Amino acid sequence: MIRFSAKSALLAAAFAGSAFLPMTPVLAQDDTIKVGILHSLSGTMAISETTLKDTMLFLIEKQNAAGGVLGKQLEPVVVDIASDWPLAAELARQLVEVDGVDAVFGCWTSVCRKSVLPVFEELNSLLFYPVQYEGEESQRNVFYTGASPNQQAIPAVDYLMEEEGVERWVLAGTDYVYPQTTNKILEQYLLDAGVAPEDIMINYTPFGHSDWQTIVSDIKAFGSAGKKTAVVSTINGDANVPFYRELGNQGIKAEDIPVVAFSVGEEELSGFDTTPLVGHLAAWNYFMSVDTPENAAFIEEWQAFIGDENRVTNDPMEAHMIGFNLWVKAVEAAGTTDADAVIDAIVGLETPNLTGGTATMLPNHHITKPVLIGEIQDDGQFFVVWETEDLVPGDAWSDFLPESAMLEADWTAPINCGNYNTQTQTCSAAAQ
Amino acid sequence: MLTLRAIRLVLLALPFLLLSMNTARAQDADISALVQSMGDASLRELGQIVTDLAATGDNAVVPALQALADGNLYVDETSGTVVIQRGSALSDPVSGQAVERGADADLSRIRVNNSLRRDIATALAGMTLMSDNPTTRLAAANGFMARPDPANIPLLDEAIAGETNANVLRVMQAARAVTILGDDEFGLADRQAAVPVIAANAGRSAITILTGALNTAPDDLKPAIQSALAGLEQERAVWGALQNVWFGVSLGSVLLLAAIGLAITFGVMGVINMAHGEMVMLGAYTTFIVQLIIRQNFPFLLDYSLLIALPAAFFLTGAIGIGIERGVIRWLYGRPLETLLATWGISLILQQSVRSIFGPTNQMVIAPTWMSGSFEFYGLSITYGRFWIVIFAAIVFALLLLVLNRTALGLQMRAVTQNRRMASAMGIRTPFVDAMTFGLGSGIAGLAGVALTQIDNISPHLGQNYIIDSFMVVVFGGVGNLWGTLVGALTLGVANKFLEPYAGAVLGKILILVLIILFIQRRPRGLFALKGRAVEQ
Repeated sequence: MIRFSAKSALLAAAFAGSAFLPMTPVLAQDDTIKVGILHSLSGTMAISETTLKDTMLFLIEKQNAAGGVLGKQLEPVVVDIASDWPLAAELARQLVEVDGVDAVFGCWTSVCRKSVLPVFEELNSLLFYPVQYEGEESQRNVFYTGASPNQQAIPAVDYLMEEEGVERWVLAGTDYVYPQTTNKILEQYLLDAGVAPEDIMINYTPFGHSDWQTIVSDIKAFGSAGKKTAVVSTINGDANVPFYRELGNQGIKAEDIPVVAFSVGEEELSGFDTTPLVGHLAAWNYFMSVDTPENAAFIEEWQAFIGDENRVTNDPMEAHMIGFNLWVKAVEAAGTTDADAVIDAIVGLETPNLTGGTATMLPNHHITKPVLIGEIQDDGQFFVVWETEDLVPGDAWSDFLPESAMLEADWTAPINCGNYNTQTQTCSAAAQ
Repeated sequence: MLTLRAIRLVLLALPFLLLSMNTARAQDADISALVQSMGDASLRELGQIVTDLAATGDNAVVPALQALADGNLYVDETSGTVVIQRGSALSDPVSGQAVERGADADLSRIRVNNSLRRDIATALAGMTLMSDNPTTRLAAANGFMARPDPANIPLLDEAIAGETNANVLRVMQAARAVTILGDDEFGLADRQAAVPVIAANAGRSAITILTGALNTAPDDLKPAIQSALAGLEQERAVWGALQNVWFGVSLGSVLLLAAIGLAITFGVMGVINMAHGEMVMLGAYTTFIVQLIIRQNFPFLLDYSLLIALPAAFFLTGAIGIGIERGVIRWLYGRPLETLLATWGISLILQQSVRSIFGPTNQMVIAPTWMSGSFEFYGLSITYGRFWIVIFAAIVFALLLLVLNRTALGLQMRAVTQNRRMASAMGIRTPFVDAMTFGLGSGIAGLAGVALTQIDNISPHLGQNYIIDSFMVVVFGGVGNLWGTLVGALTLGVANKFLEPYAGAVLGKILILVLIILFIQRRPRGLFALKGRAVEQ
């Protein structure tokens, strides 16, 4: 009996596995350029990543309508990594080796990026990663179109210190690599700025944490030390809704203890009633409410494509748009989709972003971005209360951590290195 | 004689009267101009306008400032006029008169940020301290306490003298004391006397205020503050422990709600039901749909949408449960491994269908007003949402006990569980009872889903977050025993909340798992093990 059921389990698993095969049939056509889309369409991360898959399909359709690239039509190849990181590496290999895609747009979490990195390095293909991340990395085959800490976390803390007069800090995050590293950088930054160690409280919670009573009441107690307190939140995904709900219920107002979040955007807020949250902050490089003609056009086209005039846009969508446009330009400049040629051609290319500025691909494979601080409104949108005057270039290696302050990434000749040590003038290439 | 004097008086006063009427009108015009200039002001200019308005000291600015803080102040982009919009009615921010909506009106909200909101609160506090409404006075007094200013002392003294509401009086006195304590122009004796007033009247913010004052206080004032703080800290430690117990009970009640349905299907029937979490999820989605219908068609019922959703969720998930039992599980009785695989498959199918129908993003269920906010119970701060969930869990548990112990169906359920063949021989339709039992367990899971809409995301994988905890509670409490589930859920909840402050949320959860594993090693049948021959089968 048991043997039989084990066998049927295997059968079931094999059957389930087949569902993860590419959804678009592999066409043996030479007149198309294939673009891989590597996002979770099921599991925990589906909430955020499904939209990015749709964004890529939208961008590709638009490009095809405008004549494609190098006179060829683009063909999207969509795979579902199901919030399963080893599977992500497998599917990335399949995209490049079996489907023969020329570039891949994908991943949300840092653990996904870290899992697929070796594949792209080994097969020498391209990955465009659209989400804000913890930095401390630069890889030849990866383009980071989201914010690095100096394009999001550091300016947000500066804003709180200068505009809100915050002296006491709660660094609350989900327990994984992005919040841990970001908080490490922020803690060092705050200590350097003269904040006493007892004025910093660091707190980690598991993924999907839903019982915030103790932590919110701790924050309340921590905030009752007579100094202006703020919460810097790197809480990811689903856990945010119960967190904000508990804040509202326990009566913590933004005027007293503001929360600035790095992972809460329009998409996350569309899931609940934001009336109790008005005034809490988020730091991003793009908000849907930004009033520029480029943004208005983008929103209109996107809503027409998706067929829903209530669909929101968010920061990682803009990052995918920038990444995609830069890739198209690089391919056209190089005249080929060959990875090495594109890597050489893309550095220094520019494309307009949606906030009225220009995104430039830097030699460290990060881009220039404006930093915006927005306050949550009761309609689920953000009201920009502060922005940097100039574009901020992305910094791969944080200047605030002693172990990475002397590292630079530069993928142009003659350095050609992701972690060039400016003191010893050597490249410790093994590490990433 | 008398009349002559009166006339002279009037004559004397007339110019002043006229003058003051004139200035009043001029001031109204000024205020109106200032308010109208908000229309195209930047954030920084808005701050200046708010300061200017507050400086007029005129009560006529209150409605405009209040509307600005509440987000009800709008500017018509076509005509440039500033109006207050409440519902669909427009009114003038200064005179309060109704304003016609222009045909081509394009209203956009005048937005404010946190620091501006703080400024407005301060400005309003000064103007509303003498209001007729005690709630407004309380808010004003709280505003004074949060932003003390020595210039306000005469105003506060006047308000305290006239105050009749004990609650408001307490806060006013605290506000006065805070102001005196924070300002070194007052003598040492005055400032020392202010400390106990704050400790007694400032409620939960007393510690904040005194700790803050301690940082800047001169040395001879410090002992008084320190001793008051020591007393408050001690009090807080006691209440802190009780607060933790409450948090634990509240977490326990959520666990109980999620697990109690499983206690029926797994505990009583012995079916390893991996789709239990999806029943919870479907209950939550039912709530979402019920609320959507109510919001569109019967908005006046919105506050009761959760109550209306309860029977809907119970019967829907119950029916689905019966369907699953009849369609799949009954073919697999006595084959736990296959049941596990089959129900896991069902759970995946349900998740993906919900994802296909409603999309992967979270859905929104608005909290009814009676479930938002919190209340103070002595030193405890209890949120209404959690409070009602605890009550709800207790009611569901009591009803379930009643059904199992006092109804014919309950009797039959217990008979079938304890000895199926004997029950069958006695004429009980065991297949019917099986279906009903599974339906009941699933229906209760649906009820849990309604409650969970208030604390968790309504997303396709909502159930996944609770399935493991539910099994943990049932196994820990003792399979087949409802009281075991109750004690198990509360124990896990309280233990979790007592570990969390010391070990952190992540380590706390791990520790709980380790403790349960150790416990199960010692007592494999859980806290309340069933005894007797039935167990041996």
